[in-house]
Amino acid sequence: MSAPQKTIAQLAEEYGLAPNEYQVLLDRLGREPNQVELGVFSVMWSEHCSYKSSKTQLMKFPVTGERVICGPGENAGVIDIDDGDACIFKMESHNHPSYIEPYQGAATGVGGIMRDVFTMGARPVALLNALRFGDPSHEKSKRLVKGVVSGIGGYGNCVGVPTVAGETNFHKGYNGNILVNAMCVGLARADEIYYSAAPEAGHDVVYFGSKTGRDGIHGATMSSAEFDDESDAKRPTVQVGDPFAEKLLIEATLELMASGAVAAIQDMGAAGLTSSSVEMAGKGGVGVELDLDKVPQRETGMTAYEMMLSESQERMLAVLKPGYEDVGYRIFQKWGLDFAIIGKTTNTGHLVLKHHGDVVCDVPLAPLFDDAPLYDRPWVQPELQPRLDPAEVPAPESWNDAVLKVVACPDMASKRWIWEQYDRHVMADTLQDSSTGADAGVIRVHGTEKGLAVTSDCTPRYVQADPYEGGKQAVAEAWRNLTAVGSRPIAITDNLNFGNPQRPDIMGQIVRATDGMAEACRELDFPVVSGNVSLYNETNGVAIPPTPTVGAVGLLTNYDVTTGFGGAAEGDQLVLIGQTNGELGASIYLREVLGREDGAPPPVDLKLERKTGDFVRGLIEAGELTLVHDLSDGGLIGAAADIALASDVGIELNASSAAHAHAFLFGEDQARYLVAVADADALIAKAKDAGLHASVVGLVKGTDFASSGPKGELFRIPVAHVREFHEGWMPNWIEG
Amino acid sequence: MSAAVIVFPGSNCDRDCKVAVERSTGEQVQMVWHAETELPKGLDLIVLPGGFSYGDYLRCGAMAAQAPIMQAVKKAADDGVTVVGICNGFQVLCEAGMLPGALMRNSSLKYICKPISITVANGQTRFTSGYQGQREIVMTQGNADGNYFADAETLKRIEGEGQVVFRYVDNPNGSVGDIAGLQNERGNVLGMMPHPDRAFEAELGSADGATLFQSIYAAA
Repeated sequence: MSAPQKTIAQLAEEYGLAPNEYQVLLDRLGREPNQVELGVFSVMWSEHCSYKSSKTQLMKFPVTGERVICGPGENAGVIDIDDGDACIFKMESHNHPSYIEPYQGAATGVGGIMRDVFTMGARPVALLNALRFGDPSHEKSKRLVKGVVSGIGGYGNCVGVPTVAGETNFHKGYNGNILVNAMCVGLARADEIYYSAAPEAGHDVVYFGSKTGRDGIHGATMSSAEFDDESDAKRPTVQVGDPFAEKLLIEATLELMASGAVAAIQDMGAAGLTSSSVEMAGKGGVGVELDLDKVPQRETGMTAYEMMLSESQERMLAVLKPGYEDVGYRIFQKWGLDFAIIGKTTNTGHLVLKHHGDVVCDVPLAPLFDDAPLYDRPWVQPELQPRLDPAEVPAPESWNDAVLKVVACPDMASKRWIWEQYDRHVMADTLQDSSTGADAGVIRVHGTEKGLAVTSDCTPRYVQADPYEGGKQAVAEAWRNLTAVGSRPIAITDNLNFGNPQRPDIMGQIVRATDGMAEACRELDFPVVSGNVSLYNETNGVAIPPTPTVGAVGLLTNYDVTTGFGGAAEGDQLVLIGQTNGELGASIYLREVLGREDGAPPPVDLKLERKTGDFVRGLIEAGELTLVHDLSDGGLIGAAADIALASDVGIELNASSAAHAHAFLFGEDQARYLVAVADADALIAKAKDAGLHASVVGLVKGTDFASSGPKGELFRIPVAHVREFHEGWMPNWIEG
Repeated sequence: MSAAVIVFPGSNCDRDCKVAVERSTGEQVQMVWHAETELPKGLDLIVLPGGFSYGDYLRCGAMAAQAPIMQAVKKAADDGVTVVGICNGFQVLCEAGMLPGALMRNSSLKYICKPISITVANGQTRFTSGYQGQREIVMTQGNADGNYFADAETLKRIEGEGQVVFRYVDNPNGSVGDIAGLQNERGNVLGMMPHPDRAFEAELGSADGATLFQSIYAAA
């Protein structure tokens, strides 16, 4: 007995359309859609494709600037990096798939973000990733970390793009929903950027790359819903990646572009053939007609619905200039990839799909493309965690234990186990990567004296405590990291990871975090050029900590003039530039040593942030600083330990005049840099002239990591012992 | 010196090799597509680059060893032309039977990317003359299948003939005899897992790789 046929209205609900949205669809169409049409509408109107809950918030971001060539709305953002060179970059999440199938989920996340970048004409030159996993003791965590890391490595290493930087956090808030945010940075010539808008009616629409199969069907819809205990059953909606095909696709696509054949191009990402054809035609204001019989297929008997909803990887759609068909065929034959003319642009304004000679879909593009439902969802002001008075926060019972706990806690411990599995040197332009002591990855702009600095940042515990300040801090820290290597911060890409926006408290996090980010971007002249939103990151009603990840790019005009935090030498003085009030709210110290997660995050004074950063960068550019490290997680202890480990030297800190030594040493006040210099007086005088606070806080000496306090020595630990703890946590945990 | 880099589908260090040889020697390098059946005339050096040729979905390098151009590479090697295989290129040379032994999955079963120290085990080769007695050099490596293996008899022979060119100081992958690079009996074909093509300028962390290409240039 077969199951009773579902009505279209029932299917609409199953495909993720809300009843009111289905009603809008009926109004726009003037009739009931068939299954293919319903599938097309439901994915285009999914949160993933339409940004329907976040669009009004994203409008707050500054998106223009002197160096912005193309802001949000295209496959990736484009910035001007002088001499006719352009840098193209974007960050994107693959959270839901990575939780369900970590290897393929993470691998295809890397593949997808690379396609966004080379679709615009850029050669991918660097990858970053921002990962958030659940509590290390959670039963799924080890398997997820292993799967995600080998997925990222397996894909990026094979394609041959170096993975140069990233961040990894662990928190029980991600037990049911991990975050895998991947960023790709590419290089192109500024006058050879490719866009997705189809130029006019009557052009050939070509499909190239891998064949279409039944994988990933309705992946975009899956990524627009919450998880429950049955989520593992969604594995079939996860796509399968083929990095070899991606490598060939990069080379073939760039060769096709160089031949002059491409009029418009769009990769097939979420919602595959549907979103790529709708985007191209919609942006170009034309119609499009596709003959699905001509779509290269991996499996037999695929229906129109399956073909349009498939998220098979490594596929592209393009509009060719007239007369270039043979050129295209030749290039793709050389690279062994499919190349097929599957339709043409029309002047009907409709998306028309034919299959086996029948018209299986004929819908107007306008409602699909720019008439998706838009929600200004109700929200409530997030409850803010009150500020902690440093005097009220206990000092550690054992200083030695506290220091070792901080440098070896899961968030702070070395991630060598992770990044040694990533090829960080292919392309032979990597100057700074995860293994070298520097606040940002640095690569050479191939064949020039310029360098690009790249970083990815967010401190979720701050955003949880105060979404507005936390949003500001994510942007400010990215800006600070780029500054600490001497680069000029140019622009950011954002990856907004939150829970269910239909809950007013979650929507409150989204509203306030984006308010803070927008404010920071304005104050720091740091526009948003691309981004991605991932909502519904919750399981059984429990949402992730709000995690608006910021990926950022800075420019070095001469890559020889850059700084890291290795190379400190015996006798160097450590100078702290910036003001320390001892902010311990939502700090690593509070969580790891005292087991508390309360308190307000350190406030971000954006004017001070800018002034301090500009001062430090000026000194780097003048060649007066060679060792710079920003202060963030773990405060002065975290930064000084990094310098000691990277330089293999001892450091003696001095907190003898601090009112509360633990607040001074562990406080996470913002807008601060730690530098090592031979002559501190000259530097302090310069800082004073600039209206900034600076003081000597320690000395490079011997082989111990130590600090004195008001009543004598607080701790003294051999650096070798610090290293053992810092390096030991991850391998002991994951291989244990 | 006339040099060429072979490009297989999935090679991803082809440009790195070209740039490394060019910047180390000042000579222009040609790129040769795997489907070609003939090499440019008068070559002094052929480089098989790193990467994942044909995706390495079969054993690493096994498909590339059967590529049309490899017949010409073998013939050139027989004629005495210098051939260097780096990383995936080393795997291709073993699979093609141009070097003895095989490369297996790393003993940790993981991809390992890191700078490593290697010793020049034989300074009297056309690849190492420029090191002039310098014993320890640094290059980075990045591979999942760099664990060199040869049976005892073969090992005895290649050790006896001085075919081991580089050895790991701190063996990262379980390679027998700490072998990081070896040459054929004739001394004109070298395979190595570490990347001289990622260590040809000090700002990349090491310029020791440049010396290798300069040695070949001097011998050409």
